[in-house]
Formats: sequence, structure tokens, C-alpha cells
Amino acid sequence: MKARPVTWLTWGALAFFMLNLAGIVGAVVTNSFAESWFGTWLPNGYTGKWYGEAWRDYRLLDVLVVTFQVAIAVVVISVLIGVPTAYALARRTFPGKKLLNVLFLLPILMPPMTYGIPLATVLYKFHLAGSMAGVIAANLVPAVPFVVLTMTPFIEQIDTKIESAARMCGANTFAIFTRVLAPLLVPGILAASILVLVRTVGMFELTFLTAGPTSQTLVVSLYEAMSSAGIRPQQMVDSMAVIYTGSMLVLLVIALRFVNPTQLVTRLKDPS
Amino acid sequence: MTTVVERASLKHRLAEKGVDRVLWLLVPGAVFVVLLFVYPFLYGLQLSFQPKGGGSPFQNYVTFFSDDYLAETVWITLRLGLPAALFNVLASIPIAFRMRGRFRGKRALTTLLVVPITLGTVLTAEGLLAFFGPTGWFNRIWIALGADEPAKLTHNYWGVLFSLIITGFPFAFLLTLSYLSGIDPTLEQAAATLGASKRQRFRTITMPLLAPGLAVTFCLSFVLAFSVFPSAVMVGNPAGETHVMSIAAYETALRDNDFALGSAIAMLMALVMLVVIGVVLIWRTTLYRGATGGKG
Repeated sequence: MKARPVTWLTWGALAFFMLNLAGIVGAVVTNSFAESWFGTWLPNGYTGKWYGEAWRDYRLLDVLVVTFQVAIAVVVISVLIGVPTAYALARRTFPGKKLLNVLFLLPILMPPMTYGIPLATVLYKFHLAGSMAGVIAANLVPAVPFVVLTMTPFIEQIDTKIESAARMCGANTFAIFTRVLAPLLVPGILAASILVLVRTVGMFELTFLTAGPTSQTLVVSLYEAMSSAGIRPQQMVDSMAVIYTGSMLVLLVIALRFVNPTQLVTRLKDPS
Repeated sequence: MTTVVERASLKHRLAEKGVDRVLWLLVPGAVFVVLLFVYPFLYGLQLSFQPKGGGSPFQNYVTFFSDDYLAETVWITLRLGLPAALFNVLASIPIAFRMRGRFRGKRALTTLLVVPITLGTVLTAEGLLAFFGPTGWFNRIWIALGADEPAKLTHNYWGVLFSLIITGFPFAFLLTLSYLSGIDPTLEQAAATLGASKRQRFRTITMPLLAPGLAVTFCLSFVLAFSVFPSAVMVGNPAGETHVMSIAAYETALRDNDFALGSAIAMLMALVMLVVIGVVLIWRTTLYRGATGGKG
């Protein structure tokens, strides 16, 4: 019971942090509904018109469609590449495995800006940057290793005897993959996909470096809207930010239904 | 006949080393990582030795370090990244400690702590500008409490630091909590049975087991904070106080079209980051690494 003051201090600091956070989010949400708001405690009128104007002016429907297409493409491709890789890495020890493990860890450890700039240079050289394909390729760089890292422990959990038994019964490798492993891996694949989805929708740097005017995702056009503010009222940028956060929140709530965050990180950090 | 035997034996010998047809599954992944990560990185590395204006291969690096405006970015980035990462890790420890057991509302509190991940940099930036700005709610209360003038907390170092804490803390907290949950609680109970006080248990049991995990958490938080880009532009002072390395790299590469110098800055970023992480990880090898709890 001696630790009482420390406990109070912890909760107090946390409450202060939360209060400020609520203020920060509250200020944006309030402003997005504000008629106008200059130097007073509260705006002098409320309206929902900014959402409509932001939706039209920033062509949010198009942006959302692009975001959705990019995210789905990244999820599907990263699962298709990542799961077989994770399987081989989980099941076999072979010369050069350590090197490969490091190569699959680096894109997650490196800040996106460091490899994003050379990557953008290469993509510009091959005229891929500025298109949807370029954005998808750039976003795959951290996504595939992420799938490999999340899936390896899932695969290690599956008893190899099940595969041996299937082989004894005459199943070939393809059948083992589609009929035995895939059903067992569905929860893992689902978890990895949702996390990749959240990361891709939120990934700013790589998309920013490679996107052209028609291949911007929501984060990037939000950033562009904010840096070119001045032409349009602040409230429009704010309502767009609220739309972004709202959609991220929906994704996160869905993600938390399938993945336990604390377990996930332990698994991630301790794949061996 | 003999060739068949030899071939079979080669196949067999390879299989004993773990090389068999399963490894074909690695091909797409390996091709991908080489094509989109290793190749661009090496391309950037060699590009950084081919300065745009010609001259010696190291010209870009010389330019970087002799130009004060550019060289300073290293210091500016570290001055933002290190305190932010350190704060996030240190603040997570006591909170994660209180979150270990089962109690009412734990799930709600965890969710509340994780929600800032969804905010994204732009909403955080807009919010910081509005809330901490000269006429924002924070400064109104600040002045109502008796301050003479509003505290300057945006468009400078502090704004970016706050933004890094808001986006980085949930991440550090989740990692710390998961490392802490990995420590076997019976160890502490055993120590308590032997008469160790709460403080002794923390210092001699929990902390040594948690330290390796904290080192990893610090590294990952540092990587996040180190690559700060959007918030340094929006809530900081991108031409001065918060002219961080990623801004310098972006501006030279994509605004001034000097991909060579931009790549050189990106390479230096990777180098500075690897040095910091290397130091932390070397320190980590001196820590206890056992089966019990000390994950990471």
C-alpha cells in the first residue's frame, strides 16, 4: 500500500494526457461543425455543410475508391506472397535462412522515408510512379514482410503430423495447401490482412512519395488539402480529417474483434 | 544408371540440409524483397555516389556535412526522436504495470489508449494547432489561471514533440504491456513469499526481465519518431527548428529533383538510425535473456 502516491501520480498523468487528447480531437470535431470560429471559446453557430462541401470539392468518393482499391490489392498480393514464404521459413532450416530473415525484417525496421526515396527514384525510372501500380508496389514493401512476420508463428503452431497424415492419404502439395493448411490458417490470414489493411490506409510516406494526382489515397489527399489550405476554409480540411479518423476507427474496431493487441505484439516480437 | 544414383544422392544430401521442393515457395517472396527493397536500396546507395554536378564520388556527403543547414538536420532529428522515444517508453512502464491484472473497464481503457493510432497525423496536427494555438482552449485556460501571455506550443519544437508522443505512445504502450504480460507472475509471488517488498520485487525481478523488451520497444519507437515527416511540416517550423532529415531528403529529391543528394541523405538517415539501434541492442546483449518472460 506504500506505492499509493505513485499510483495516484500515474493515473493523474494519464488523466491529464487523456484530457489534452480529448481537447485536441474535440477542437477538430467542433471546428468541422462550426459556422465560423475565431478567438472565442466556442464557435458562433453549427452546421454540417462542410462535410458535403469537402466531399464534393476534394472528390472524396474517388479518393475513397482509390484508397479501397490500393488497400485490397496490397492485402491480396501480400497474403499471396507472404503466406508461402512464411510457410517455408517456419518449416525448413536451410543455408542462408538467417540472411533471408534479416531481409524480411529490415523493411519493417527501416523508416519508410529511408527506402521510400530510393524506391520512388527507381519507380520513376521505370515510369511506375504516379500510377496506381506504383503506389501498390511501394505499399507492398512493408506489407509482405509484415505478413511473413505475423504468419510464421501461426504456421509453427500447426502440427507437422497433420501434413504428414494428409500426404500418407495421397494428397499432393497443392491439396495439402488448399485443403489442410488454408482452413487452419484462416484466423491468422484474417488477422494479418486486417492489420495490413489498417497499415496501408494509414501509410503516408510511401504513398506520398509515389502517388500521382489520380492515385492518391485518403491520407495523402488529406495532407495535400491541409498544405494547400488558405484557398478553402479550415473547416473543410477538418471535416475531411474527421472522415479519415472515422474510417480508421471502424477498421480498428473490426481489427480488435479479430486480434488481441497484446498477444499480437508478443507473437510479433518473439517469432522463434 | 549411375547418373540416376548420383542425382538421387545429391537430392538426398540437399534434403538433409533442408533444401527441397518446399523452398520453391520462397521464390516469390525472395524475388519481391530483392526487386522492391534490396535493388532500390543499392540503387540509391550507388546513386548517392554519383553527384548531380559531377566531381568526386563523395561530393554529396561533403555537401551535406559542409552545408550547415543540412548538417544540422541530424542533430534536429535526434533531438526530437530520442526524447520522444524515451518519453513514450518510460511513460508506458507505470501505466502498463497498473494494467496487468484483471479489473473492470480494462478493455475500455486499453481501447482508449490505442485509439490515437486512428487519429492520423493530419487530425493530430489540426488538433494541436487548434487546441494549443494562441487562442485555443489550452491557452484560454492557461491565461485564466493567471499566465501573462499564451504559451507558444505550436509551429515549433514542442508541437512536433507532442505530435510524436500522441502517435507513438499507444504503440510503445502496447509493446510494453505485451512484454510485461509475458513475465511469469509466479516469480514475483515467490519473491513476495520470501519477504521482498514491492520496490525490491520491481527492482530485482520485474525490471531485469522487462529490460530487454524495453530496449526493443525503445528501438521501434525511435524508428517511428525518427522518420517524422508530416507533423514536422504541419505543426513544426519546417524551415528552421524542425527541419528534420526526412524533410531535407524529400525536398532535395522530389522538389529540387536532385535524386543523388536526396538518396545520400536517405542513406545517412539509415546510418544514423542503425547506429542508435546498434548501441541500444549492444547494451541489450548485456542484459538477462532467459526463457522466463524476458521476451524480445
